[in-house]
Amino acid sequence: MTEKFVEMRHITKKFGQFKANDDISLSVHKGEILALLGENGAGKSTLMGMLSGLLETTSGEILINGKEVKMKNPREAKDYGIGMVHQHFMLIPAFTVLENIILGDEPIKRGGRIDYSGAEKRIKELSARYQLDIDIHAKVLDITVGMQQRVEIMKALYREANIFIFDEPTAALTPQEIDQLMKIFRALADEGKSIIFITHKLKEIKETADRCVVIRNGRVIDTVEVKDATEEHLAEMMVGRKLRNSVEKKQVDQDKLVLDVKKLNVEKNGWLGVKNLDIQVHTGEIVGVAGIDGNGQTELIEAITGMRKIKSGSIEIKGKHYENKPVRQITEAGVGYIPEDRQTVGLILPLTLAENLSLKNYYQKPANKSGVLNYQYINEHGRQLISDYDIRSQNEQVAVGSLSGGNQQKVVVARELASDPDLLIAANPTRGVDVGAIEYIHEMINNERNSGKAVLLVSFELDEILKLSDRIVVMHAGEIVGEIDPKDTSAQELGLMMAGKKVQANTQEAVK
Amino acid sequence: MNLTTTLMTILSTTLVYAAPLIFTALGGTFSERSGIVNVGLEGMMIVGAFSSSVFTLNFAHTFGDATPWISLLVGGAFGCLFSALHAVATVSFRADHIISGTVLNMMAPALCVFLTRIFYDGKGQTPEIDQGLGTKTIPFLVNIPFFGKVFFTQTSLVAWFAIIVAVICWYILYRTGFGLRLRSVGENPAAADTLGINVYKYRYIGVLISGFLGGLGGAVMAQSITLSFSISTISGQGFMALAAMIFGKWNPLGAMGAAVFFGLAQSLPIIGAYIPGLAGVNSVWFQIAPYLITIIVLVLFLGKSVGPAADGENYIKSK
Repeated sequence: MTEKFVEMRHITKKFGQFKANDDISLSVHKGEILALLGENGAGKSTLMGMLSGLLETTSGEILINGKEVKMKNPREAKDYGIGMVHQHFMLIPAFTVLENIILGDEPIKRGGRIDYSGAEKRIKELSARYQLDIDIHAKVLDITVGMQQRVEIMKALYREANIFIFDEPTAALTPQEIDQLMKIFRALADEGKSIIFITHKLKEIKETADRCVVIRNGRVIDTVEVKDATEEHLAEMMVGRKLRNSVEKKQVDQDKLVLDVKKLNVEKNGWLGVKNLDIQVHTGEIVGVAGIDGNGQTELIEAITGMRKIKSGSIEIKGKHYENKPVRQITEAGVGYIPEDRQTVGLILPLTLAENLSLKNYYQKPANKSGVLNYQYINEHGRQLISDYDIRSQNEQVAVGSLSGGNQQKVVVARELASDPDLLIAANPTRGVDVGAIEYIHEMINNERNSGKAVLLVSFELDEILKLSDRIVVMHAGEIVGEIDPKDTSAQELGLMMAGKKVQANTQEAVK
Repeated sequence: MNLTTTLMTILSTTLVYAAPLIFTALGGTFSERSGIVNVGLEGMMIVGAFSSSVFTLNFAHTFGDATPWISLLVGGAFGCLFSALHAVATVSFRADHIISGTVLNMMAPALCVFLTRIFYDGKGQTPEIDQGLGTKTIPFLVNIPFFGKVFFTQTSLVAWFAIIVAVICWYILYRTGFGLRLRSVGENPAAADTLGINVYKYRYIGVLISGFLGGLGGAVMAQSITLSFSISTISGQGFMALAAMIFGKWNPLGAMGAAVFFGLAQSLPIIGAYIPGLAGVNSVWFQIAPYLITIIVLVLFLGKSVGPAADGENYIKSK
């Protein structure tokens, strides 16, 4: 192995009493791609925050090229050749790409003027050398996410970085953009640069990384050579237990009808988003609605939960009609709802965890005493749910917006399940959530089913639908184009139906 | 009166009224480009007007003709000092920018009138200044055919100076590294921070510059228009300057142009009589006009023009 570029020794970082990093040691060599694997909230970003000078260590030492360094701000980290590409890009949308790249290190000409043409020349050279395709004069708000990332990489290159830190670089990229990024990683490593990338996607690690450091709950679990490790093994180390690919389905009564939707028509932008749709969900069953995004699933769910007016048809929940009724009335009828978009619909990000967990009961006793919020109860209720649902957070007073995606989703799940609904509606409940949390949420949803509740699951993830559902209906262009038993189908068959092919109709024709 | 004289009168009066607004609007641009909303411009103008008046009254015999010009710097300096309150409150203590600015606006008139009463035997108004900035005919330029006469006869020197300052401000904000950094902390302070730019420092600088230019604007008002200080010296000009800044899309040149337009609106009561067709209109309408135009412009443009993205947002650095 070549010399060590960066070495972090026994790093500990505390936020108050909470240990985000506990005695972490790792090293990166020249030309090496190191993956930092861990669940959301495991402490990966905190660790890299210290290496990039954004955070100060509580204890431990950082060595660069064998010498101990203390970095108080990003500027000093930059001087040591460390370049960070943040998960949420640190770009200024109103500025041009060029301005974004040189900001903070502007080449200055006589009269205090910025030497734009000189900077442009240098950036063009770098972009040719590393094959980073960027449009220098475009404003950042006009370029694609993939290009924004290349601009971030260029920012680091422009500052002559030798160590590149990427915080979940593929989270917002399309598959093609991911391929391209992996090529850039290789190109950088071939030029002798070192790369540390934070991720919870195993496939990317197998594809590009040389070594992988697994972090869990702020501690290093193991450091492995990627070529010797399997994805299963990595996943196990990351979550700390064996992951199951299936859920345990108990034998339960499925005879009582909970949700009965008949001839439902819902308008969407002037045309029918849901057409003449019938769907039933019984006690103790999970009905999966498969379909490609935008085929009326959102409208169907919003109609049932009262968020959208229906044009015609009937919606019965436990035998009572709930067409165009207020949301609260529907909630109180025993409906739990895990919305598609946790950040804008599911949670109020600036409010605390405890407050978000009480959004469904704040107006009732005991959370509310004659119009005054009982914070003692609300906070206790919050603490209870945090421990019941394994939400990783310092305490119940943290703003929900500061939690990781997986933990935010757990907050939504906790709140909705705590109200003990008879009908649970879950829309893409594991979107943007790491594997550990996915397994947990799946288990939670299945538990509802096993305890005799009705579940309507809408998902774009076929694996999720196939794993959880007792019955699958496929939606296409606002209609249900078929119903199948998950035991007798495959992802391929489902895919065909989702594209609009009526499988059942075909079999009927065959019978004729 | 012939056309040349009419135009000359309208233009020079407009410029006289525009000068304070240009300076103050430029000040607002610096503050808001750095991300600190500045509704306290009115207060900064008041402090500038008061301090410059007191200076002129006390030092006229020492500095002679140069006194009013020096008093502008004094007004600017005190405006700068006063704006430090806003900077400390918003940048260091993360107070709401609107509330802090409003505090400045409420504090300035009370403080300055109180001090006026102490300094000048209980009167609510300072004595008249003997010698204001006045108007000058600019040599050489006046010889340009037609335009020279219209633009440079008996014109407000300080207004032309303000226009030059606007160009300099534009150059600083859009051509220098300092300007790029100042604008970056107003657009995305977190991004600027990751590049090692000291967000707090640039925001302090932005507010202090706005205080200096706002105080300067107030001083110009006192030294060229009211020629004394009282509670009514600054009556809404700070807000007009704010409107001019928004109308000018937070760009120094745009703000300058808008300020000239508001200057025209403010000079209507005086020049109305000279404009053919407006001569018969009741002068009350001209008095109301500048305020009405300000409101209309704000209603029409506030929603549409896009300011700095992080304007009004406090930045909290995690440790």
